[in-house]
Amino acid sequence: MHAKPGFAVERAGDETRLNLGGDWTLESGAEMERASDSLIGAAAGARAAVIDLANVERMDTGGAWLIDRARKILQNAGVDSQIANARTAQSTLLEAAHWRDFEPPKPPPSHPLSDMLADVGASVVGAWHDLLHGIGFLGESVVALLRALARPHLFRMTSLIYHLESFGLRSVPIILLINFLVGCIVAQQGIFQLRYFGAETFAVNMIGILILREMGVLLTSIMIAGRSGSAITAEIGSMKMREEIDALKVMGLSPMDVLVTPRLLALIVALPLLTFLADMAGIFGGLVVSWGYAGLSPDAFLDRLKTAIGFNTFMVGLIKAPFMALVIGLIGAMEGLAVQGSAESLGRQVTSSVVKSIFMVIVVDGLFAMFFAAIEY
Amino acid sequence: MTVEPSDETKGPDAIIRVRDLVVAFGPKTIMRGLDLDVRRGEVLGFVGGSGQGKSVLTRTILGLVQKRSGKIEVFGKDLDKVDMDERRALERRYGVMFQQGALFSGLTVKQNVQAPMREHLHLSQRLMDELALLKIELVGLPRDAADKFPSQLSGGMIKRAALARALALDPELVFLDEPTSGLDPIGAAEFDDLIQTLQRTLGLTVFMVTHDLDSLYAICDRIAALAEGKVIAEGTIQTMLSSQHSWVKAYFRGKRGRVLALTRDDRHTPATAGGL
Ligand SMILES: Nc1ncnc2c1ncn2[C@@H]1O[C@H](COP(=O)(O)OP(=O)(O)OP(=O)(O)O)[C@@H](O)[C@H]1O
Ligand SMILES: [Mg+2]
Repeated sequence: MHAKPGFAVERAGDETRLNLGGDWTLESGAEMERASDSLIGAAAGARAAVIDLANVERMDTGGAWLIDRARKILQNAGVDSQIANARTAQSTLLEAAHWRDFEPPKPPPSHPLSDMLADVGASVVGAWHDLLHGIGFLGESVVALLRALARPHLFRMTSLIYHLESFGLRSVPIILLINFLVGCIVAQQGIFQLRYFGAETFAVNMIGILILREMGVLLTSIMIAGRSGSAITAEIGSMKMREEIDALKVMGLSPMDVLVTPRLLALIVALPLLTFLADMAGIFGGLVVSWGYAGLSPDAFLDRLKTAIGFNTFMVGLIKAPFMALVIGLIGAMEGLAVQGSAESLGRQVTSSVVKSIFMVIVVDGLFAMFFAAIEY
Repeated sequence: MTVEPSDETKGPDAIIRVRDLVVAFGPKTIMRGLDLDVRRGEVLGFVGGSGQGKSVLTRTILGLVQKRSGKIEVFGKDLDKVDMDERRALERRYGVMFQQGALFSGLTVKQNVQAPMREHLHLSQRLMDELALLKIELVGLPRDAADKFPSQLSGGMIKRAALARALALDPELVFLDEPTSGLDPIGAAEFDDLIQTLQRTLGLTVFMVTHDLDSLYAICDRIAALAEGKVIAEGTIQTMLSSQHSWVKAYFRGKRGRVLALTRDDRHTPATAGGL
């Protein structure tokens, strides 16, 4: 049912007659493009050309455009060309899709070196603005947090509870599982290496200190950055995309109070609790492996643990948790609010939220390590 | 490509045939045995109160909403019986303009128009660029809009860009969901003209959901009114004006409708309108 687009050439003196036939529709795609290009070749050099449409069965805007483009190119090459025998419908179509100059404007001249320098400069300036913006945002959210504390009756309790559930309660299984596994691995490696020195029981010291001071809080924070930080960015970002944030603003509600504070508070409450559970799971993992792999009974393990760690070891890990929560929540919210109109930018912002918050969690952990070393805690 | 609209109502020339359609969301039934024909080459205006299910019907015909029962034929093919390839071939023959535009937010207007071309046709980049710009110009967008992203467009420009995308493949059938809502009266009138011009030049069949009485008078060959999950009235504007159904009466002969009916008197000279 679909006929190929084509044409027959008829020469009479210095006039060329191009009898088009078949279907000049977009269905033919590349075929039609080739046909229109060879139209030009066929009539080049003639004084006049007539493009005869009498046998064209079907035509759409694509066909009309290509035919009129060929006519125009011939015209420009000095061939007096015109279209003949177009039916009414075809003439209207040719009129609608007549040739226009769509030459794209020349892009401004560029040089790879200057482009690269400009890129480097732009990203340095961008990083600086990020930092300033981050500090500003931190201030804003602290104010919002204080405002919430000062006027608790205005605080969005439902929202807080909801987010506590989604960030806290729902993360419990996965946090328990990974920390248990890491506890097992640390114990196994510790026992294996220390066995050479006959100091297997010191593995308990290592497990206690490593899990409580570092691993528990770090693993939990990284998990929450991936799980909840990304959710915060995606939620706030898609609200931004659909002008919901603007709607809040014009209702006299501050997105900071409505969206950011409850999430931030929920994280600050949830993360220490999760860290506690993570610590317990990690220690339990260590206990299980010590029992099974080194034959250390749970009683002996706990006795050893008591002498190895103090309350401060436990606190060092826990103190860090709310700060980690603040970092994750702030970055998540900030990236969410930076989303522009497109779905692509949402994806970009979620990625950058997770990467930045994991990076910052590790940086903050390092800073704390230096701080605790300095005060010998 | 232009085909004269046939006079036969239920013949093979019905491009869309819906029979006894039932659509429901959970316990809520939206369509209760709806029948509808859209004939080749006509502009069918589809009216109905807000929330009556005009968009749902459009989406059901397009296969985006599951129906409970009934039969839908598009281009003479029963949609329940076509396989994937046939379905793709059918989809290539119609263009859709969604109520909210539904432009791809990550692409420029030009890329949006090219998206269906890239998917279905084998054209050179140059020709795709030219055709996209041509379509953009046809729908009345300024040329610099071609490189803008949807979030940088005004509401009316989004409508036009969405129409340009719907027309990208030179479809035989276009679905327009409230094309003129949110446009200023002059813009809306231009849009009506545009749809009519395109319909004449390209031989389009247009299924247009609209609330715009002006559009109904100006460009619709036939009108179907939806209420209570059924088409309660169907026919030319005169048929609508003489309908006794209370909702149709209120719609076409309410305050807004009356003025139009009177001013358009000279064009349509319906016997019923004279008595208003
Ligand atoms: N996905 C869905 N789930 C449940 N109900 C829906 C869904 N989509 C639509 N509805 C319901 O179907 C009904 C019809 O909706 P529809 O969008 O078709 O209205 P409409 O006639 O297009 O109205 P308008 O003129 O305002 O656009 C409404 O009551 C709506 O609440
Ligand atoms: Mg609707």
